[in-house]
Amino acid sequence: MVATLERMPDARSVTSQTVAVLEDVNKSYGAVRALKAVDFQVRAGEVVALLGPNGAGKTTAVKLLLGLLQPNSGKVRVFGGDPTNPENRMRTGAMLQVGRVPETLRVREHIDLFSSYYLNPMPTSQVLAASGLQQLSDRKFGELSGGQRQRVLFALALCGNPDLLFLDEPTVGLDVEARRMLWDEIRQLVRRGKTVLLTTHYLQEADALADRVAVINKGEIIAEGTPAQIKAQTAGKRIRCITSISLETLRRIPGVTEVKEDREAFELHTGKAEPVVRELLARDLNLSALEVTAAGLEEAFLALTQESSKNGN
Amino acid sequence: MSTATMTLSNEQIRRSPAHTATIYLKEAKYEFLKYLRLRMYTVSVLTFPIMFYVLFGLVLNMNQFIAGVRVPVYLIPSYGTFGVIAASLFATAAGLAADRGLGWLEVKRASPMPPFAYFTAKVFTAIVFSAVIVLALFALAIAFGGVRMLPTKFAALFVTLVAGSIPFSAMGLALGYFAGPNSAPPAINLIYLPMSFCSGLWVPFIFLPKVVQKIALVLPPYHLSQLALGVVGSGTHEPALRHWEVLGAFTMICLGVARIGFQRDQEKMYG
Repeated sequence: MVATLERMPDARSVTSQTVAVLEDVNKSYGAVRALKAVDFQVRAGEVVALLGPNGAGKTTAVKLLLGLLQPNSGKVRVFGGDPTNPENRMRTGAMLQVGRVPETLRVREHIDLFSSYYLNPMPTSQVLAASGLQQLSDRKFGELSGGQRQRVLFALALCGNPDLLFLDEPTVGLDVEARRMLWDEIRQLVRRGKTVLLTTHYLQEADALADRVAVINKGEIIAEGTPAQIKAQTAGKRIRCITSISLETLRRIPGVTEVKEDREAFELHTGKAEPVVRELLARDLNLSALEVTAAGLEEAFLALTQESSKNGN
Repeated sequence: MSTATMTLSNEQIRRSPAHTATIYLKEAKYEFLKYLRLRMYTVSVLTFPIMFYVLFGLVLNMNQFIAGVRVPVYLIPSYGTFGVIAASLFATAAGLAADRGLGWLEVKRASPMPPFAYFTAKVFTAIVFSAVIVLALFALAIAFGGVRMLPTKFAALFVTLVAGSIPFSAMGLALGYFAGPNSAPPAINLIYLPMSFCSGLWVPFIFLPKVVQKIALVLPPYHLSQLALGVVGSGTHEPALRHWEVLGAFTMICLGVARIGFQRDQEKMYG
């Protein structure tokens, strides 16, 4: 324990160093099981995205790691200790989803107060720069736009100059421009050696920011790996065509995992496109508007979450 | 968690007493600023007792007497108590319920803020606004009501009324733990307006129906206002100690309830 704490500052370069762990964690709210036997790790210096639809258990996982919730069973460790340790609170920063922030305080006042909690806070000018709030520091929170408000919450997470940052849906509800701005700010932090755990239901966001993605659905982690690995795991093709072949017949073609009717055309999902295309052309000489595209992360994600739902039922 | 870890952690984050004092001061300062700039709070909390005092104490009944003193004197303890209660309840209950219900308190709890700083800031704010209301009433009474009292009497009245913000802040914290973010303000009104009436803060106690007078005996605002009226010599002449005892017991009960709420919040998180 002692050794871990002392070694931590220069251990950031050692990527295998685990800084946050959920080990066989179960968490229920009454009858609702928010997390089911979740194993999950965050290693020093990496950006991990917890990716999943709303209600998947992402926020619960973050709150457990912040010590705001306690698991029903399993182990939660941050920097090798209990997340509620005052020591841990000094070294972590959190951006949570908040319904109402005191609106009559100015941006710099919020930052001044939060910075005062820490032993080695980040200088206010740096916090403002890192969150892109220099021009807005004298504004009251209530006068800010949605994107600017998110940036204030982001700034508050930075006040303590934390080693580990938890960002719960940092760009939810933001427009494209505001989202990209926040992405840039997160990337800059990563360059400075911070470890980041972010939750998101935007695949694009996980793809753009994360070294590693854990896909979570209905309280279970159903896939984990680099964004490329996640895509590879369901490396599929999408075939689109207009054909007189019936839906039932299409479904029975070997290798086809899914068929959807899309306006006048059909959309087929498959692991390998060539045999399916051959079969299609053989069965329907009048087949037209043939398109074959690689399934994106979006499809991979859908396939993964749908698969886990099917298994769940 | 091992004891060794705990000890080490505490050593690592030990703040200097000056640092801790700074946190408490900043927390209190910003809590006060937050409410000072919240027009809904300042207008309703400051305006009503002052407006009532001007209307019923200065404009209408200035030269009449109640319970042996002139109306402008009698109404300082009454509307002072009324103002202190509103300032205290709204500064504590409404803010706490909103912070709890809408996620802000979680952001604070995830930081290394000392939890006690959060509560003292709310009580501090309640005390400051209570003091402002009492001083405003004093100023009006002296300037327009022709009220002349020994400075020591003014001082005693000030201390009594402002100290009264402590039991009602405690009540506010208890309420804040059991009311929702939206239901807290109406809940406060539903409780403190009837309570103020029954305690004789609007209609002088001696003019209240007998039944209501009996109810008043168990209401904390009655005891605070009687303490203050005692200072100007027009109380119901019960021993002051009795009033302090009731207010003290009331404070302890409210803090107990607030503590249950605090623990219930923790347990919800630990459950």
